[in-house]
Amino acid sequence: MIGFVAGRVGKGIVVLLAIVVLNFFLIRLAPGDPALVMAGEAGAGDELFVAQLREKFGLDQPLPNQLALYVRNIASLDLGYSVRQQMPVATLIADRLPATLLLTGSAFAISLVLGVTLGALAARRAGRAADTAITGLALLFYATPLFWVSLMAIIVFSVRLEWLPSFGFESVGAGHAGLARAADIAHHLILPAMTLGLFFMAVYVRMTRASMLEVAGQDFVKTARAKGLGDRTIQRRHVLRNALLPVVTLAGLQAGTLVGGAILTETVFAWPGIGRLMYEALLQRDYNLLLGVFVVSSAMVLVFNLVTDVLYRVVDPRIEAAR
Amino acid sequence: MSAPPRRRGALAAFLRHPGAVIGLVILLAVVAAAILAPILYPTSPWRMVQRPFMPPFTLDRFPLGTDALGRDIAAGLMHGAGVSLLVGLVSTLAALVIGVPLGALAGYFGGRVDDGLMRFTELFQTVPSFALAIVLVAILQPSLSSLILAIALVSWPPVTRLVRGEVLSLRSREYVQAAVVTGQTTFTILRREILPNTLSPIVVLASLMVATAILLESSLSFLGLGDPNRMSWGFMVGAGRTAIRQAWWISTFPGLVILLTVLALNLIGEGLNDALNPRLSRGDR
Amino acid sequence: MDARTPRRTVVSVRDLRLALPAGGDRAHAVDGVSFDLVAGEILCLVGESGSGKSMCAHALMGLLPKAVKPSGGEIRLDGADLLAQDEAGWRDTRGRRIAMVFQEPMTALNPLMRIGDQMAEMFEAHGLLTPRERRARAVALAGEVGLPEPERIVRSYPHQLSGGQRQRAMIAMALALEPAVLVADEPTTALDVTTQAQILDLIRGLQRRRNMAVLFITHDFGVVADIADRVLVLRHGRVVEEGPAEAVLGRPREDYTRTLLAAVPSMDPPRREPRSGPKAVEVAGLCKTYSTGGGLWRKPRRVEAARDVAFAIHQGETVGLVGESGSGKSSVARLVMRLIEPDRGAVMLGDDDLTRLSGEALRRARSRIQMVFQDPFASLNPRRRVGQIIADGPVAHGVPRSEAEARARDLLRLVGLDPSAMERFPHEFSGGQRQRVGIARALALEPKILVADEAVSALDVSVQAQVLALLEDLKQRLGLSMLFITHDLRVAAQICDRIAVMRRGEIVELKPAGALFANPEHPYTRALLDAVPGRTRAAA
Repeated sequence: MIGFVAGRVGKGIVVLLAIVVLNFFLIRLAPGDPALVMAGEAGAGDELFVAQLREKFGLDQPLPNQLALYVRNIASLDLGYSVRQQMPVATLIADRLPATLLLTGSAFAISLVLGVTLGALAARRAGRAADTAITGLALLFYATPLFWVSLMAIIVFSVRLEWLPSFGFESVGAGHAGLARAADIAHHLILPAMTLGLFFMAVYVRMTRASMLEVAGQDFVKTARAKGLGDRTIQRRHVLRNALLPVVTLAGLQAGTLVGGAILTETVFAWPGIGRLMYEALLQRDYNLLLGVFVVSSAMVLVFNLVTDVLYRVVDPRIEAAR
Repeated sequence: MSAPPRRRGALAAFLRHPGAVIGLVILLAVVAAAILAPILYPTSPWRMVQRPFMPPFTLDRFPLGTDALGRDIAAGLMHGAGVSLLVGLVSTLAALVIGVPLGALAGYFGGRVDDGLMRFTELFQTVPSFALAIVLVAILQPSLSSLILAIALVSWPPVTRLVRGEVLSLRSREYVQAAVVTGQTTFTILRREILPNTLSPIVVLASLMVATAILLESSLSFLGLGDPNRMSWGFMVGAGRTAIRQAWWISTFPGLVILLTVLALNLIGEGLNDALNPRLSRGDR
Repeated sequence: MDARTPRRTVVSVRDLRLALPAGGDRAHAVDGVSFDLVAGEILCLVGESGSGKSMCAHALMGLLPKAVKPSGGEIRLDGADLLAQDEAGWRDTRGRRIAMVFQEPMTALNPLMRIGDQMAEMFEAHGLLTPRERRARAVALAGEVGLPEPERIVRSYPHQLSGGQRQRAMIAMALALEPAVLVADEPTTALDVTTQAQILDLIRGLQRRRNMAVLFITHDFGVVADIADRVLVLRHGRVVEEGPAEAVLGRPREDYTRTLLAAVPSMDPPRREPRSGPKAVEVAGLCKTYSTGGGLWRKPRRVEAARDVAFAIHQGETVGLVGESGSGKSSVARLVMRLIEPDRGAVMLGDDDLTRLSGEALRRARSRIQMVFQDPFASLNPRRRVGQIIADGPVAHGVPRSEAEARARDLLRLVGLDPSAMERFPHEFSGGQRQRVGIARALALEPKILVADEAVSALDVSVQAQVLALLEDLKQRLGLSMLFITHDLRVAAQICDRIAVMRRGEIVELKPAGALFANPEHPYTRALLDAVPGRTRAAA
């Protein structure tokens, strides 16, 4: 097991390195001379200052040296400097990361629990009204643009019904502390987490349902029936457990999409996470910050994939033999 | 004399699927809108034609109302149809052009070729695709072609994985071995024995990819990364966002149209899946 | 059967009819079948595919596929009609009064549950015993069915057991509640011949000790001869003949039964003159090792598929390669065809070493050695017409298509099909016909050598006999040499001049067929021959 985790971590580091290199070349592709851009931002245009900047950021070095410098910087968690926000990119991201983790974590939990429950229900009622309703709903959420459903949720739940706050992480200036603050944040979290979760719920509903129907046709389910086991036990112990394996795989693959979705949800709900930060960087054409968020979000996905890989290994005893 | 299996009755099976027929009707309506837009609304959809914030269903000439700059929402929807379809189709085709050969090579040759190609694919699959698309469009500057390129670049990995898996399983199939043994060339074997038998899953995947591409395009446009010269649905939703409390309709209608189009493509995809892969069809055990 | 104990009928099936969904090629899967299951007796249901034998077994368990509905007759268990009971009644019956063993031990166990837990479920399903007692019973049952180290086995997952061990575990499960009836649906078909013999012994022994009634479904008359007290022959869902095993096997009344019995190849090889002409193919020192898994942190698993395999086939000779699954016989066929690359060794076709050729030269040389595959459903491209399938090879070698197609027509006639088959697709043919198409494809390049990999294994016994006769006839007429791979020693006895026995990648014995059967030297050959079902009570 330790060997397995070490192997996976090693592989993840290689992938991350590749992403960092990709990132470096994307920066080079970005419009404008980075030094000139930076100088322009700082309000000074004279040649001497630009040359200083070049030297400071190693832009006068040959390309391979620049790449090496860039990789070394990132390895020491230095993601560069955001001239527009006058802050190191790493600090900006670190400030925003907890909010994003809270949002994506809640959305993931909501989507997985609801998705598997509804998917299992639909599979048990395959072909009947409940199944049609659940699959129809899942299809609808699957096809709905995330940013739009967020806006619609604001119209309904904030503007019309006035149940839930439509933006922000907590009530500004309310001075809540302790549990009251947690409750306030949770109140703000409901809308963004639900809208982000619904799309992924649809994904898990479809997967769970299809996978359960597939497993239900397998021989060992017939064996279970031949034992005289009740339908409920068969579904739970034999069908669902086996059907969850592909769902775990899918959850790993969906991690990247979840981060992407967070960019849209955070933008609409003004949720102060790294997705919102990316949008701000986009508006200000702050490429350093943009790419910094990109690298960090890739790293998040890698960590999540590692966790699902380990989880899969715990759930499925066959892996040892198969690999 | 007789049609090959699967394909025979596939059309009938598709048309027996009520969802698929509904999807087809909606999609045809969107195609019609794209074609008719320049005829029905010859003036630019960017032009101010009425007072701003006109609610829908009040003026006969502007049934869906106007936006914050007095632009006709109905005209915007019609003109946006073309952009969505174009980006959806072309980027999917481009993703297939990248993904199918890579998957076929990896699956057929296996070994080192497979290892290398799959590592490369994994890299692209790990990167959060929407974030990469944002970065690409932002760096290349927003335009129709940069949108298409970015979407294609983030959507090919599933194609490669699918084709690789299919080819890998077909490769060990006895009729492919028979073709090897009877001395047919690798190219002929790929073209004649393997790829035609991977076609149905690719067609199904492609129809779903068009849907995803349209969603991606609208999301990018919503964030302001659309082609600044083309009216698009995602841009319209984004433009109405700040006025969402006063004028719900500006964002609502374009979003609904995106929803319907994507839904239609998904329904068609499911219908195709049931018709082309009868073994995997849903819910009849 | 001991004459002093009265025969006690446990299950009585009368006029059973099982309706198939409308629109199929027949209305009933089973039509008017009656039989009795008697305590202490094994009834064998025999028939070819589509005879409805498996449906009868499933009907007894109330486990019919949803589309198949009982439409008449009754199944009485100790007097009460099972078909009349509701689902709760069935749940109580299953496992406790009638238990079942399935065909595929590989898929019949839940891969995510420990063996012991799956056994304990049997008690749990019927609310019996405490969890601790269930565990103890599971260990005892594992011991009773001869599983090694029962304590360890019950903690294992299915993938850690061999096929035979899994089938033992299934049997242990079925026996847990001491049911009056055991239904066994082809329980040894997926197993190797030596394992099959052990499982048959086990079922026979347990049935005697517990005085169970057993319904045993099989297609194999050898197995019938070994295990049956009574036999019932089914065809197209109807009973053809029923009676005590000796009578049905020894003095069949019906033509169909006689045809089936005659189609079972005999274990006595016919006399064949030794061939001594020039060598058509010579294989020397062939080695192939597969290593799977492995990486930075693990040692790879290594499997030797071929270790120094060497043999020669003379012109006009058939050499058989027999062995159990995993013995490497199929790998050798593919190495000879160079569908897989050998690690070492040579395959000499005349002066050419097939393993050294590449590119165009290899493509040319391949026309001299052709292959017939095992699975008649997987060996033909479903999207190409039969005519194209046969003509593609010659066309690839530069024959004009019209000429190749004319020749394909002749070939279809040669293998006993109508030339109109040219325009049709493979799915329009039966398994036997497809196999004929596969043979025609192999012959299209006018090869000198034919490699047949389990070419008749997937076929029903009557069809198998026809295809074997066709191969024999073609061999004579075209002067072919043949490498014949099979797991079935009966088939090998009938068609091979010489036979090589393989185990774990090695040829352990290679002899003329007659000598091998009369005088096996290697202990493994002897074990293999002893395990062939139906030896003791000769079936044919």
